[in-house]
Parts: sequence; structure tokens; C-alpha cells
Amino acid sequence: MHEFRVQVGPAGFRIGSVWEAPIRTLAELYRDYPTPTITDYSVRLEAVSPWRRYIRPSVAINGDYMLPDAAPLPLTQALLAAEMAMNLQMALGWRRHLLLHASAVEKDGKALIMTGESGSGKSTLSAMLGHMGWRFMGDEFVLLDLVTGEATPFPRLISLKNEAIDAMQAQVAADRFGPLMCGTPKGDIRHLVPPRDAVQSMGVAARPALLLFPSFGFQSAVRPVAPSEVFARLTQASTNYVALGEAGFGALTGFVKGVPARAIDYRNGDEALTLVNQLWDDLA
Amino acid sequence: MKIDGMILVEALRRPTTSATWDADIWNVLVSIARVEQLLGTVARRLNGIAVPPEIVGILDEARINAEYQRRSALWEADCARRALADIDGKVVLMKGTAYAAAGLKASEGRHIGDLDIMVARDALPQVEAALLAAGWEWVKPDPYDDAYYREHMHELPPLIHKDRDRMIDVHHTILPLTAKPKPDAASMLSNAVALDNGLFVFSHADMVIHSAAHLFADGELDGGLRNLWDIHCLLDEFADDNFWSELQSRTAHHGLWVAVQRAARLAHQLYGTEVPADWRKTHWQDGYYINRFTARDAWGRGTRPFLRLLFYVRSHWMRMPPRMLVRHLWTKWRKS
Repeated sequence: MHEFRVQVGPAGFRIGSVWEAPIRTLAELYRDYPTPTITDYSVRLEAVSPWRRYIRPSVAINGDYMLPDAAPLPLTQALLAAEMAMNLQMALGWRRHLLLHASAVEKDGKALIMTGESGSGKSTLSAMLGHMGWRFMGDEFVLLDLVTGEATPFPRLISLKNEAIDAMQAQVAADRFGPLMCGTPKGDIRHLVPPRDAVQSMGVAARPALLLFPSFGFQSAVRPVAPSEVFARLTQASTNYVALGEAGFGALTGFVKGVPARAIDYRNGDEALTLVNQLWDDLA
Repeated sequence: MKIDGMILVEALRRPTTSATWDADIWNVLVSIARVEQLLGTVARRLNGIAVPPEIVGILDEARINAEYQRRSALWEADCARRALADIDGKVVLMKGTAYAAAGLKASEGRHIGDLDIMVARDALPQVEAALLAAGWEWVKPDPYDDAYYREHMHELPPLIHKDRDRMIDVHHTILPLTAKPKPDAASMLSNAVALDNGLFVFSHADMVIHSAAHLFADGELDGGLRNLWDIHCLLDEFADDNFWSELQSRTAHHGLWVAVQRAARLAHQLYGTEVPADWRKTHWQDGYYINRFTARDAWGRGTRPFLRLLFYVRSHWMRMPPRMLVRHLWTKWRKS
């Protein structure tokens, strides 16, 4: 197996692949990241059967933690397979923080956290903000410290989908992008390497200051969200809340009590950025 | 150092040797221990022993997981206790949940999956009705599988709870009815010991016997290292003057001499379990078992495919007579 190791925030990954090409692409895209020796999780890109290594090559997603029904992907989407496998390790394995399915950016030591269903735009918004004066902390997972409540970054490659690809290509140099993968189960996908400062300071936590529930495709609006609803929605957005028991409950209730929450609706990126900046300025 | 499951065995047996390991060995250990569902147990064994800083977090995580599994297993057992409160006869907890409920060392850090219980065979209709009324549902509503379980197996088809998504296996004996040994389930039930909450666990000897029978007869030896670690812990904790003679007579009574002796012998060979001298005599097959148990590569993947196949065939062979096996495999093949 070809092997590649990478440290993303507090988690080290060992990625094995029976093909060399995906490892070369990963090494290229993760070039700014440290290489750990001891890793937290192993993931494997393997052929679904011996002949599918060569003929219409098909990647099975495997690792320390696996889902029995994870569908294989064609070799041209191996980068997506690696991303999904790494996410799976975090979602099923990580117990050192309360893990929220959310994106986050930081300014002045304070974190803005965005959570919502796939398609809400939380990933795109974090990428845009991360390239305009904010520090990008992550587009997939936010890790809340079980004692202090601080958010630890997990700035893996940003996974841009469909329209978001064009929007970011207009702003960011071409050598920061991975290959364009068309027709994946999630539509078109292109990975974007986070800004260098995001990777260099990925060990620096920030205090959560604002929680947003963005919704894309609606007339511009802002609504307060009741703490009870925030709590219920975040239990759904956390993959390890139940497993963490009392510590998870403490971290989540602390977060809900301490962090103001708003739902924002928007029809395009500019509207969203205006709303975000307004709400952020109102905090001060 | 040779890369296979022996690294995990070493971590369990002599945790202090981990001081000599480099990063690669630690990575192998973590992957193999996760796939064998023994990382929580490794974490317990490495308590108080200095490990690399990266490993500290991994082991803490494993401890949190083990504690979560213990908590959910005991809660699930209590849900079953309430659902079955009006049943005549004992409800006996088995395997991981039993070890946790009885506070045994075998439960320390142990992964616990489904809830396994045993009741008297003539209580099955009552138990089934009570579980269905309390929210459990059939997992496989397939008529062939259902009939197969009911006629030939030692347990009901698996049930899953509709709200909690947790599985329960209801046993009425410890081996499939088609297997050659016929353990005395009635005497296992009558010897079972009460816990404070009204549930029961097997007597010490029967607990070891069930663990051994389960290890060799009921599976394809997947999870062998974990099952054998259970046996190591049980033998270690129960060992006193009377235990081994009691184990000997109960084993003979159940007709499970081969499995129990092999389990004790392999535990001695792999984990250094103290067993009496007359239980240690090696057998020419022992090496094959050990090679099968430790067949893992640096990524935790199964290796030694031919040996695996041999044990797979053997497990079906032992589970049912040849003509029946052919009929069963044919039916399963046509349906898949």
C-alpha cells in the first residue's frame, strides 16, 4: 500500500491506498500540513475486488471505523473517498471534544460557528469569510473543549460543491485547488486548500461568540432561535453527544447558554456576508 | 518485530514492553486493537504506564467509549428486566453485559455490543410476546430465516428495539440444536446466580464453559482474541482450590470437554493464563488456531485467507450435519 500521513488540527491520519495517484494528489494538496508519526486513525482506499484495481477501478472506503453500507466510488473520485473516510473516523471515533457538524471562522480570538443541513451554505460561507479577513477554522467539524468550551479548529481541505466552485475560483489562485470531480454522489466537487494562516494556527482555539443557522434560497431575513431549539438542533448536529454522556451534556448546555444564536436566510453570497458582518458588529 | 496480531497479544499480556515500541508499532497496535474491539481493554492494561503523548489521547478516547458501552449495556439490560418482569423463571444475562453487571474484571474496558439473555425454552413464547409488546421488533422478517432459527438454532431470530435501535438475542441454550454437543441448558439455568436487580448470571464454571463454547462452535473465530481475553480474565479471577475441579465436572456434564480445554490451553499459550498442569498439554492444532487469531496486517486487515477459509468451512461443519449444510447453503445462495 502507498501511504500518506497528515495532521489536521488535533487529529493525525494514516492514509493507505493500493493506487499511487490518490496519494500523490493528497500529498500535493496537504503540502502545508505537518506530518505526524503516530496517527489517531487509519483509512484505506482499496479496490472493491482484485480485478477492479485495474478494470474500471472502484474505490472501497475503509478504515479503523467503517459503515457497512458505504458505497464505493470510481478512482477519479478517490480524493472524495479519502475525505469521506477521514470524516467518518472523526464522526464515529472522536471523543476528545464535543463534535459539531458545523463550519467556523475566527476574528479577534472569537469564533463564529455556522451549522445546518447540507446545502445550507455553511461550508461556502466559511470559505468566503476565511479569504476576507477571518481565520478559517473548518468547514465540516467544530470541536468544543469539554471543560473550557473553546472551539478547536479542524481545517481539512475545503470541499466546494457545485456553484460554490465558481464563486471561489473567482477569488483564489488556481494552484490552491484540487482536481474538479464531476458527477459525484454530491454533485460536482472541487477541493480548496485553506489559507496558509489557517493551517499554521490550527492549534489555536477560539471562544465561540455567535452561532448561525444559515438557509440558502430565501428572502434575506434574521430570526432569533430559542435556546431550547438550539439545544435540540445541536444534539442532532453532534455525532458524539450521546457517547460523551454527562461531559457532552455539560459542554452542550454551556455552549447554548453562552452563545447567542440566529437563523439567517439569504439568496446570494453578498447578502449572506452583509448579514454576518451586521450580526457580528452588533455583538460588540 | 513481526507485524501481526501478536502485537496486540503482547500489549495485553505484557503492557510494559510497549516502552520499546516505535511509532509504526503503535500505529499497527491501534488499528488491530480497533478491529478486534480490544482498544478499550488495551487502554485499561496501559493504565499508569508511560506511553507517547499521541497515544494518551487515543487511549482516553477508548476509555470513554468503553464507559459509554458499559452504561448503555447495563441500561439495555434494565430495559429488558422491566419488559420481562412478569415472566416465570430466570432471565440470565450472558457475555459482556453479564461480566459488567457482575462487576467482573473481564468487563474492564470491554466492548459490549448486543444484549444476550437466556431463558428456559418453554418460556420462549411468553418472552417473545413480552418483548414485542415492549417495543422490540424482528430484524429479519424472512420466513426461511425465521423457520431456520426456530427449528435449529439456540436463540430466537434477533430482535431490535424500535426506539433505542439496540439488538437483543434471546437464547434458550448455548449451542445450535444442530451441533453435536448437547449442553444441559436446564442445569445452567438452575445453577445461575441472582444479581441484586433480579436478573441472573451463570455460575462461574458455566460462564467459562459458555464463553469457550461460543468462541469455538458458534463463530468463524472472528473476534477470537477478544473472546479468549474474556476467558483469560474469567479463569484468572475465578481460580481457587475448588474452581478447576468444578469446571472439570461441569464441562464433562455438558459434553464440552474439547472446547473448554482448548480455550484454557490457548489462553495459557497466548496470554499466559495460569492453568493446572494437566490442562496445558499442547495439541497439534493449537498453532493453527493461534495463527488464525492473529491473522492481521499493519492496517488491521485480515490476512492468511486460506487458513480463514478452512476455519470458515469448519465452523459450518460443526454447526450442522453435512447434508443439512448443503441444503442450507443452497437455500441461502439462491436467495442472495
